[in-house]
Amino acid sequence: MSIRDRMSGNEAIATAMRQINPDVFAMFPITPSTEIPQYFAKYVADGKVDTEFICVESEHSSMSACIGAEAAGCRAITATSSAGLSYMNETLFVAASARLPIVLAVACRALTGPININHDYSDSMAERDSGFIQIYAENNQEAYDNYLQAHRIAETADVRLPVMICEDGFITSHALENIELESDEDVKAFVGEYNPENYLLKEENPLAVGPYGVSGYYMEARVAQAEAMKNAKKAILAVAEDFEKTFGRKYGFFEEYKMEDAEEAIVIMGSSAGTAKAAVDELRAEGKKVGLIKVRVFRPFPGEELAEALKNVKAVAVLDKSEGFSANGGPLFAETASACINLETRPKMIDIVYGLGGRDFTVAHTKRIFAHLEKIAETGETGPVYIHLGQRDAREEVL
Amino acid sequence: MAYNLKEEMSKKERFEAGHRLCAGCGAGIVCRAMMRAVDPEDKAVICNATSCLEVSSFQYPYTAWHDSYIHSAFENASATAAGVEAAYNVMKRKGKLDKNYKILAIGGDGGTYDIGFQSLSGAMERGHDFTYFCYDNEAYMNTGTQRSSATPRFAAATTTPAGTESVGKKQNQKDLTQIMVAHGSPYVAQTTMIGNFKDFHEKAHKAIYTEGPTFVNVLCPCPRGWQYPAEILPQICKMAVETCIWPLYEVEEGEYHLTYKPKNKLPVEEFMKLQGRFKHCFQPGNEWTIEEAQKYVDKKWEELLEKCN
Repeated sequence: MSIRDRMSGNEAIATAMRQINPDVFAMFPITPSTEIPQYFAKYVADGKVDTEFICVESEHSSMSACIGAEAAGCRAITATSSAGLSYMNETLFVAASARLPIVLAVACRALTGPININHDYSDSMAERDSGFIQIYAENNQEAYDNYLQAHRIAETADVRLPVMICEDGFITSHALENIELESDEDVKAFVGEYNPENYLLKEENPLAVGPYGVSGYYMEARVAQAEAMKNAKKAILAVAEDFEKTFGRKYGFFEEYKMEDAEEAIVIMGSSAGTAKAAVDELRAEGKKVGLIKVRVFRPFPGEELAEALKNVKAVAVLDKSEGFSANGGPLFAETASACINLETRPKMIDIVYGLGGRDFTVAHTKRIFAHLEKIAETGETGPVYIHLGQRDAREEVL
Repeated sequence: MAYNLKEEMSKKERFEAGHRLCAGCGAGIVCRAMMRAVDPEDKAVICNATSCLEVSSFQYPYTAWHDSYIHSAFENASATAAGVEAAYNVMKRKGKLDKNYKILAIGGDGGTYDIGFQSLSGAMERGHDFTYFCYDNEAYMNTGTQRSSATPRFAAATTTPAGTESVGKKQNQKDLTQIMVAHGSPYVAQTTMIGNFKDFHEKAHKAIYTEGPTFVNVLCPCPRGWQYPAEILPQICKMAVETCIWPLYEVEEGEYHLTYKPKNKLPVEEFMKLQGRFKHCFQPGNEWTIEEAQKYVDKKWEELLEKCN
């Protein structure tokens, strides 16, 4: 039986953590993820969990301590944002290559500079090649549900990779929304116990982790890791299926919203999808054939499936809430465009970078995008492919 | 139980031969001695900072370590050890393991004095039950002898070479042992590879079996960086101690004990002249560098004697 409640995304994630009762939580505060370890500290103080809660001196050390704890044979978790995630960067690669199924909650926030505490994906997108699985949420419910699925995906025998559970800083992390929680017992039963095969503290068989891999061996390790990321696709769907069976809420690699006969579509992530869905509804009411795809899983990237979903669309706008400085569009665009490259008939595709550092994104913006896509579909001319939307000076705006 | 070299050397090796460290390098000797200080019935997890030691002792698919071992990165051996210790505590509490484990961290001076300093300081402050061994070879040796904050004044390093306008490194080294004492650690010691290893063994054992975060700083010559023939490693260690450049002492709960006092304190040049890195100090016109080095050592020695009395 689900429990109806209302809470922020941070509290929802902290609640999931409490219900899972991990072995080790190594924390370091950073806005807007700080509340997660704060809630958790109170659970520790009140005896609601028996986790070893370590307050380390930096995010580099929080991920390093997670690496030590997970390698030693425990479930280890942490949470961070923005500069904190960047500071972890080196250790994220270490965690993934050592095949340690650590779960990291990220309240996504812009990177400096200028310094900014609001939402975009410049932090998590900068770590898209770290080897972490990345799962994004539209709202607090999805943040909670994704978190409940994370450990099982990460710990799947042919995966064994760390996972980032991403929520939108402030928009999701701090806004209070209704939520359906599951009971502590049901969550524990769903997530299960962690029983790793090999670990440092295995008394009968010591383990060595983190070798020097010369060129005669390095490549095999990387290929094995790449295979694990491919395997993660199967694990993500299997866990989602069991989640739906157990709790009734359905998840996949992405959500298709009114895509059945869509001629124009946007590909988007996170909370902005909620705003864009409202625009899709209004345009559908006017008889426009528009739809939306909300990408939930960015790593592994569901390229084939996404191409399949877009193959009959005439014009697509990919919405990037991070600026990749490639001079060729943002990371979601690069992935989506390359996923479609071998389709027999491809949609025309543009990239729209928006919402940086918490800049508002509205229903009106979305409608402008769809009006533009309609023109592209009619004329077959894309015009400028890499556009910034929502700038202070309207003269800079293409749309 | 009194220290007995023969008994100690008859213990099963826990750091195996066949590693790829240079002949005349102190690091392998430190590891063997460190592991002898773990009681045979106890298990250990070694957390190693990126270093010569790491790339030489765990080159896939071979490891020189009989105990569990983890290398993560250059600057995070202490934070990694903190995570292992947390895991050990929680698994013990939940009845998931019976054996006693000793959590050891080891890094060179680069991974300890410099890039790993924050992680070390944090772990010391939080009070994890682990022992950090620094094998201090006084420069970044893995990358080819660049100066570190442990490099002594006047030593030539590849980033502080001697030349017409330079007499080597300009600054005195950081006194990390004192900094660890200032963290309130229950046991901090300074040792090196000398004599029958009694000094090393007793300190390492005491450190490992004192509850809380403990620290052992080991002077560990490097034949490549210090430029000496491999076979004179013991002589260099001995001269470091006899000149009081590297005094042997320990600090238990803030109490200082000198564990060895040279009968005749030798001049610093007895240490310096054995090594190519100080060669320029002996050139005409550079005599003042040896005088300055002597003054610094005398001052530090007097300060230490005061603390020990």
